[in-house]
Amino acid sequence: MASIGETAFNVRSKNAGPFWVTVDIFCGDEAAFATITEQLSSEDVARLFQQPVETIKRFEIPNLHVVKFSLPRPVVQGDRFDRDMHGAQWAVLLAEHDLDASGGYTLGGDAPGKLTRVP
Amino acid sequence: MQQQNRDNTTTRILVPTGALGISFAEQAFARGVGAKPDIICVDGGSTDSGPYYLGAGTSKYSRAVTKAEWRQLMIARAEGDVPLVIGTCGTCGADASVDWMLSITREIAEELGQTVKVATLYSSQPVERVQDALRNGRIAPLTPAPDISEDSLGECTNIVALAGAEQINAALDTGADIVLAGRATDTAIVSALALRRGDHAGAAWHGAKIAECGALCSTEPTSGVILLDIDQEGFTVEPMAKDARCTPHSVSAHMLYENADPFILYEPGGYLDVTEARYHALDDRRVRVTGSHWAPSDQYTVKLEGARIGGYQTTIMAVLRDERYVANAREWIEKLHRFVTNEIEKRMALTPSGYDLEFRLIGVDSALGALETKPSNPAEIGVLGVITAPDAETASEIGKLINPYVLHYPLTQDEELPTFAFPYSPAQSERGALYEFCLNHVMILDDPMDAFRLEVIEVGHG
Repeated sequence: MASIGETAFNVRSKNAGPFWVTVDIFCGDEAAFATITEQLSSEDVARLFQQPVETIKRFEIPNLHVVKFSLPRPVVQGDRFDRDMHGAQWAVLLAEHDLDASGGYTLGGDAPGKLTRVP
Repeated sequence: MQQQNRDNTTTRILVPTGALGISFAEQAFARGVGAKPDIICVDGGSTDSGPYYLGAGTSKYSRAVTKAEWRQLMIARAEGDVPLVIGTCGTCGADASVDWMLSITREIAEELGQTVKVATLYSSQPVERVQDALRNGRIAPLTPAPDISEDSLGECTNIVALAGAEQINAALDTGADIVLAGRATDTAIVSALALRRGDHAGAAWHGAKIAECGALCSTEPTSGVILLDIDQEGFTVEPMAKDARCTPHSVSAHMLYENADPFILYEPGGYLDVTEARYHALDDRRVRVTGSHWAPSDQYTVKLEGARIGGYQTTIMAVLRDERYVANAREWIEKLHRFVTNEIEKRMALTPSGYDLEFRLIGVDSALGALETKPSNPAEIGVLGVITAPDAETASEIGKLINPYVLHYPLTQDEELPTFAFPYSPAQSERGALYEFCLNHVMILDDPMDAFRLEVIEVGHG
C-alpha cells in the first residue's frame, strides 16, 4: 500500500492566518489526483488531525491536480500549547498516511482549464 | 519585453520581494526598475511568525538588513520618480513599527541627500475605540473567534486594524514619495493604485494576491522580483529574474498558499472570487489572467488583530542518552511531572491551576504531540520543559525548583541517582512574556479612514 507522500508530487502545510491551517496535496498528474481524491476521505483527514469532520474544508482542483484541506487550528498559533508555530509539519501526517482502497469519495464534475470548487 | 505592450490605462507594479528583510536578486530588481513601473510596493510584515511581534510591537527582521534593502528601494524610487509603498511596517504594523521605519527612512534620505515626502499611515487602535465598537455591535467575529469582552480588549498590548486599498490610496493621494503603512492587507498595497485608476477591480485584487509574495508565484521562488501589469480586463504577471518563469500552474497554484479558501479572498469592502479565473501563458515566462471577480460588500469592515500577554515562560532542557531512559522516556516524564507537581504544591503552595508545566520529548513527538503516528527509535531524546505562569518570578521559581529533578530524577526508587545532559548553564531560560493572539474579528466602519490616521512629513535634505 502506497502512502500519499509516495503517490503525490508534494504535500505541504502552512498556517492560513493564526487561526487556520491548510494542507495542499500536489498530486502531480491526473492518475495520482484520481487515486488520492478517490481514496482519501475527509473522514481520514479528520481522524489524522483528531478534529470533527464538519470543521474540515475540502477543495479539489482538477486542473492543478491538487487536493486541499483547511481546518481551524486546534491550538491557536503561538498559544502556550502550540508546538509548531507555522503549522508546516502537519503535512507529514498526511504524507505518511497510507491510502486505503476502501475509502469512499467520488469526484464531482469539472471543466478542463477551470478551477472547480467542491463543497 | 512586456513594457512595449503597455497602454496608458495599464498600471505597472514592481514587487521586489515577498517581504522586506528576506533579500531579493539585485539583477532582477534592476530589470524590474528598467521596466519603468508606476509604483514599487513591498510588504513589511505578517502574522506568520506568531503573536510575539504584534504583542511586543517589534520587528522580526534586523534593522541593518531592513535598512540595506530599503535603501535599494529608495534609490530606485528616486531614479524612477514613482511612489514607493511599504505595508505592515516592522512585521506587525503597529504605530511604533511605522515610526521605526520612518527613522530608517530619515537616516537613508540624509545619507543619500534625498528630500522625500513621506506619508505615514497608522493602523493601531486605541482600545477605547474597539471597546466602543463592541458595545455598539460594530464588531463581528470571524470563524473561529476567541471570546472577547471589553475587559479582554483592555488586556491587549496592541490592537491593529488591517488597512485596505482605500486607506493606501488616501496616503498616495497626499502626493507622497513614500508611503509607510502600518498594518494593511498584503494585497491592498499592490492593488490600490490600479483601483484608483479604474482598472478591473477583480484583476487588481487577484493580481495583487499573486504578486504580494514576490516570486513565490514563479518557478524560482527565491528570486524575489515580480512585475505586475493590471489593466481594464485582467492582469499579466512576469518574474524579473532571468531564469524564473511564471506558468499557468505556478500562478494559479499560488492561490493555495496560506489561504484557507483558494477561491475566495476577503478584503476590506468586499471579496475576490477567482472561481471563474482563466490562466493563459503569453509566452514561456508571462501569464495572463482574466475572469477574476470582485464582489463589493454593503458594509465596510476591517479585520482586527490583537495580542495580549498570556503569561510568562521559563523553559528547561535536558537530554537523555542512557538507553534505559531513552526507552522509557514517556514513563519518566510522567513520573517526573507527578513528582514535581507535588513538590511545587508543597514548597510554593501553588496548585496546578496556577501554572502550566509541560514536558515535550524532542526526538519522539515534540512537533505533533498527540497527533504523532510514527514510532521512533532515537539514540537520544531531548526533554523540553515548558513552564507558563501568571508572572515571570513564579515561572522562574518553578524552573529553579524542578531543575535538580530534571537533572537527576530516577525511574525507580532503588537505583543510583542518574544525571542527564544539560546543554548549558543555567539550564533554564527565561523567555519573558508569552503573547497570544486574541482577536479574529472585523470592525464595521462608516468611513474607511475612521480607524486610521495619516500624517505627511518631509525628511532628508531640504
